[in-house]
Amino acid sequence: MSTTTNDHGHGHDPNRPKHLAHHFESLGQQFDSGKLGIWVFLLTEVLFFSALFVAYTMYRSNYPEVFQYASQFLDTKMGAINTVVLLLSSFTFAWAVRNAMLGEKSKLMLNLLITLVCAGGFMGIKYVEYSHKFHEGTLWGGNESTIFKADPADVPAEMKEHSSAWNNTDGKYSVAVKDLDPAFRQKVGVFFGVYFCLTGLHGIHVMIGMILIVWLLLRTRRGDFGPTNFNAIDFGALYWHLVDLIWIFLFPLLYLIT
Amino acid sequence: MAPSTNSLDRTNYLNATKGFRSWFMTIDHKRLGLMYLWSVIGCFILGGFFAMKIRWTLTPGVTDFMTQTVEQMNAYNNAFTVHGAVMIFLVIIPSIPAALGNFVLPIMLGVKDVAFPKLNRLSYHLWLIGALLFVATLFIGNLDTGWTFYPPYSTGHTDVSVITAVLGAFVLGFSSIFTGLNFIVTIHKMRPPGMTWFKMPLFLWAIYATAIIQILATPVVGISLLLLLVEKTMQIGIFTPALGGDPVFFQHLFWFYSHPAVYVMILPGMGVMSELFATFSRKPIFGYKSIAMASIAIAILSFIVWGHHMFVSGQSETMSVIFSALTFSVAVPSAIKVFNWIATLYKGSIAFTTPMLYGLSIIWLFGIGGLTGMFHSTLGTSVHLHDTYFVVAHFHFVMVGSALFGFIGGIFYWWPKMYGRMAEGALSKWGCLLSFVGFNMTFLPLFPAGSRGMPRRYAGYTEAAGFDSYNMAATVGAVVLAVGLCMALYSLIRSLKHGEKAPANPWGGVTLEWQCTSPPPEHNFDIDPPTVDDPYDMTLVEWRGQEEGFLPKNPRSDDPCIADIQKA
Repeated sequence: MSTTTNDHGHGHDPNRPKHLAHHFESLGQQFDSGKLGIWVFLLTEVLFFSALFVAYTMYRSNYPEVFQYASQFLDTKMGAINTVVLLLSSFTFAWAVRNAMLGEKSKLMLNLLITLVCAGGFMGIKYVEYSHKFHEGTLWGGNESTIFKADPADVPAEMKEHSSAWNNTDGKYSVAVKDLDPAFRQKVGVFFGVYFCLTGLHGIHVMIGMILIVWLLLRTRRGDFGPTNFNAIDFGALYWHLVDLIWIFLFPLLYLIT
Repeated sequence: MAPSTNSLDRTNYLNATKGFRSWFMTIDHKRLGLMYLWSVIGCFILGGFFAMKIRWTLTPGVTDFMTQTVEQMNAYNNAFTVHGAVMIFLVIIPSIPAALGNFVLPIMLGVKDVAFPKLNRLSYHLWLIGALLFVATLFIGNLDTGWTFYPPYSTGHTDVSVITAVLGAFVLGFSSIFTGLNFIVTIHKMRPPGMTWFKMPLFLWAIYATAIIQILATPVVGISLLLLLVEKTMQIGIFTPALGGDPVFFQHLFWFYSHPAVYVMILPGMGVMSELFATFSRKPIFGYKSIAMASIAIAILSFIVWGHHMFVSGQSETMSVIFSALTFSVAVPSAIKVFNWIATLYKGSIAFTTPMLYGLSIIWLFGIGGLTGMFHSTLGTSVHLHDTYFVVAHFHFVMVGSALFGFIGGIFYWWPKMYGRMAEGALSKWGCLLSFVGFNMTFLPLFPAGSRGMPRRYAGYTEAAGFDSYNMAATVGAVVLAVGLCMALYSLIRSLKHGEKAPANPWGGVTLEWQCTSPPPEHNFDIDPPTVDDPYDMTLVEWRGQEEGFLPKNPRSDDPCIADIQKA
């Protein structure tokens, strides 16, 4: 019976571009689909972060003075440097998209590499910030070595000894944590809960972005991208811009409360 | 002789490649749809087992409420939690969109696959991981939080099994998001020439509305569950009152997803029904545009009514009043659909096939399920009925009576397309009838039981409370329902070997999936692209006898099957 059952539209057209998937009619359709797909995905990402932004808004509007107080334990200088680093990385990634469109392979490699280095730098600075907080005990309320316990007796002795936040050793802070009202001190712990969740989730997204960039670098080296095929670079850049954008919101919301 | 539009003896998507890998690592939407289908059925049996365990515990005379042990009560808590979580996350949410939707959607659009086939495969693999985590939960501990995982209990006293369960639900969320994303892009970008938005089959409208909810609501529950995990493992403090957090905040986040999620469950069922009623009434669907728009309206309204789950949570009264009023509005698009279906039946030439019997059952079941929903949007009544069996009966009428029956109806409707065999017969019809009777016997008595104060999630009741007769009826009904469902499943499995070979279009549907052979070839169509016409103009096809089923009145000369028939 029929021999045409199973062989249509599949590998018989010599003019069909190699990177056009079997189920699309044209490169245009493939690109448009990918573009819509990545935008919808970014929408889900925004919503994924939304609950934490709502948590932030709710606790901040309920306890504005807590947030104002707690914010001074964050290192504004580090945060600012990280903002610049991420903005730079977004710029180089956007440039990389242009490189891909023009088929400039070596520039594409270079720009992706700079983006990757910036991302690594961001995580490095984040690591320094985090370890400082673990050292100081400026952690969320349920952590064993946090100094934000309602009852001072629950705060570990070693923290009481060396934490400059607890004692306000350098006089850097408006009030020493040990002198706070117990309920107030507990709410500072909630601030740090929100802080670690927001920046932690953002950090995970940066790391996923780094994996993505490495993958794009390998594909670039293989010569995958060119004027008719730059979808992956374009969509990766969109993801990276969103990760950058989220940080643009996080930095003032967390670090710059006055 | 087999009908020539049946391709069981030729190369089709089922036999094109063989072996475990060819299925497990496939990117073919049809194979993925089938794997979803059987996985969902497997989970349904698991969830059904726990349902029977609940029913057995509550049967009068089986356990004595006053003297039962803590272990027995814990086991009961575990049973209703696992039943709820498995049925919701693993069965109803993926049932129609992921199983039937995956199979049918690209064929209805006349394309070879969804927009992102590899993402589609990833969805299924994520679903499997989620399912395995749930199964692991059964062995790790005694999950007893209820499917809602409310803190502070879930993040405090209960054991670690909540971690695997929540992680499972989190992973399943991503599976659901990716499916929704895939469908949205496919519908937007891959509709064939001539298929404008208002020439799309209504099933696609329903799936589209569902996908909107999936992508907008599921990320929110994703992050909520992630925060719950962090809370449980690291005591982060956002939800735990002992650390200054707010447990009601979790309820808001949870219901912001979980209320829309009930429309993820029901909307696709409504889509199936629109197809069934048009095809089996041999009439164009009544009020096409209003049904399509009602789907979208339900999707939008679903996001602004979640507060009706929290009338007794201590949220502000103003908020409760607003949520109550908004909740009523959902009744409007729902009723529009029902009236349109009834108008479609009116003066139709109704064929009482198995899928249609499920469809007709749903009018009754959804009628009751929907109208009792109004009791819960009415603020004062809702407070009275809160956490009683009235609620349980209401949502079972919607989730099981409407969504699940829609799923089963859809399976019988598209079964010939999936396997090239008919599962039609006395057995399948009796299965539907018994399910319908059994379902009503189980859940109708629970309305009066609930309104007379029988609380849900209690491991029993005393004889003096007067709930014995309701529960006896429910238990008997549950057995009848189980028998009916088993008959349906058996008739499906039996047909795989013994069913009559199905022609391309056994029912006379006009949507595109009836143009390709049964089962379809690997890339769905022999002709490229298929002819797009009004999806509900029943005059486009004509009955050509048992053998050939329905065929297009104006067949295309380039269709190899049609050409064959004409030669003969």
